[in-house]
Amino acid sequence: MFENADLSLVDWSRAQFALTAIYHWLFVPLTLGLSFIVAIMESIYVKTGIEEWKRITRFWMTLFGINFAIGVATGIILEFEFGTNWSNYSWFVGDIFGAPLAIEGILAFFLESTFVAVMFFGWNKVGKKFHLLSSWLVAIGANLSALWILVANAWMQNPVGMVFNPDTARNEMISFWDVLFNEVAISKFLHTISSGFLLASMFVLGISAYYLLKRREILLARRSILISGIFGFLSSLLVIYTGDSSAKALAKAQPVKFAAFEALYEGRQNAGLVAAGILRESDKKIGNTAVNDFAFRIEIPGFLSIMTSGKRDAFVPGIHDLVNGNQSRGIMPVSEKIDRGTKVRKMLEEYKTARKNNDYGKAEMLAAMFRDKKFNEENFRYFGYSFLKSPDEAIPDVKVAFYTFHLMVMLGFLFILEFLIAVYFLFRGTLEKQKWFLWVALCSILLPYVAGELGWVLAEMGRQPWIIQDLMPVSAAVSQISSGSVITTFVLFAVLFTLLLIAEVSIMIRQIKTGPKH
Amino acid sequence: MNRLISPFVRIFRFYYDGFSSMSWWGRRVWVIIIIKLFIIFMVLKIFFFPDFLHRKYKTDKQKSEYVLEQLTKSK
Repeated sequence: MFENADLSLVDWSRAQFALTAIYHWLFVPLTLGLSFIVAIMESIYVKTGIEEWKRITRFWMTLFGINFAIGVATGIILEFEFGTNWSNYSWFVGDIFGAPLAIEGILAFFLESTFVAVMFFGWNKVGKKFHLLSSWLVAIGANLSALWILVANAWMQNPVGMVFNPDTARNEMISFWDVLFNEVAISKFLHTISSGFLLASMFVLGISAYYLLKRREILLARRSILISGIFGFLSSLLVIYTGDSSAKALAKAQPVKFAAFEALYEGRQNAGLVAAGILRESDKKIGNTAVNDFAFRIEIPGFLSIMTSGKRDAFVPGIHDLVNGNQSRGIMPVSEKIDRGTKVRKMLEEYKTARKNNDYGKAEMLAAMFRDKKFNEENFRYFGYSFLKSPDEAIPDVKVAFYTFHLMVMLGFLFILEFLIAVYFLFRGTLEKQKWFLWVALCSILLPYVAGELGWVLAEMGRQPWIIQDLMPVSAAVSQISSGSVITTFVLFAVLFTLLLIAEVSIMIRQIKTGPKH
Repeated sequence: MNRLISPFVRIFRFYYDGFSSMSWWGRRVWVIIIIKLFIIFMVLKIFFFPDFLHRKYKTDKQKSEYVLEQLTKSK
């Protein structure tokens, strides 16, 4: 794909980034959701003045604190990796990433750090209302921090609001609002934080179920299940709603990824949504890439068309249409995109030569082309395709995309059911007797983590070969360093993060076994 | 003068009291945070994660020329 790209280097760099991102995401969603649950509980305490609510709030705040502290700065490592392993990419996007990440840093530092101290040290030292305000500001601050990271990530999925400057070899932001209100960013942010709310609700539900099974802390457990059941149920609905809008945004911005979710090879009207299925490799191929078909599937007729545009008769393009083109539907083949990308690359070479030869007139003329809106829309947006050797390289791993998507969705529906059952038994007053359900709730604590990680695997592997959709493939983004050094740091991270995880889990289990002290 | 110093003293006392009366888990996670930050910033960043372009090139112009070269390499 890329002349000097050492595949093992690319693969190890990707594996390292995946490892650190997956570990980082073990800590983040609980912070996002538990901060809100704690703030809700404290609001009830301040409103009612009932001391038991204060005790409940302080107990969950302790678990929030452990998770928050262990997770602090694990995301910084991802930024280190950008500079070391992905230097071409970092330089190429530097100006776009700079603003959101700087805002994230300032917000995280001032809002979270300041008010986290009030949350933990401020009991009985500051007024009740100021303490409550601090808890809410920590929750809002943590979630706003996530916004900026997700805005940066969404730009990689759908690059907008920038222009490429050949003189600096960087993309420069021309519209902060286009970057911020990027359709993918909004839906990704809401989908991600609501999945964090869901995860935290399941965490609270599961630990409360543990107390009920042990016949201790009954009041704390019942009240915590009430909050987590309702909050979790509402969050689950938000996850579905935002997942749907996320899918709509992807269908426009990343249609190949969208088709891969559903293993849809031949586009059609009235396209059905596969509720469940098993893929098998067929004899057919697109280029050198094998086509998968279904050994078994359950399909909801017309639902995929409705999901993408709200109309049952809407045409949903398949992978075949998107790679080979479909003239009647106005879909450009990848071969044409490769030609256009190659044309841009030749222009960049000419620009480089003109600058070297001090031919300022020609250099300025070419630079002006890169600033031209029409040129950007018709040509530069396909720059990344110039690195592809054949059109089928634009196809992601369909099996990974299909299974991660469907497993994630199935788990999502399981969570809704669990929250509903919890609230139902609670209101009937029979929750403590439903041992089977309490065990299910306890064992389900890990499942939202699995769903969240599947979501990220889907988002990141589903957009392959791109690091920036259509503009830069991963092979062109990687630094020319030795794969040995990447392997060394991969092992170091695996050890460091595993130790952190063991530390968190052991401190948390000890605190849960101890229970609320206050 | 006392009025000016007073808020700072109160903030200092707030943090001082908070840290000195910290619970078992609080002390434990602070130890972990300090060790973790030391490893991340003093070991990983310095010895394993130098900025690739910054280490190779001094000026932005050199960096942009290098990246442009990388982006225009023939297939």
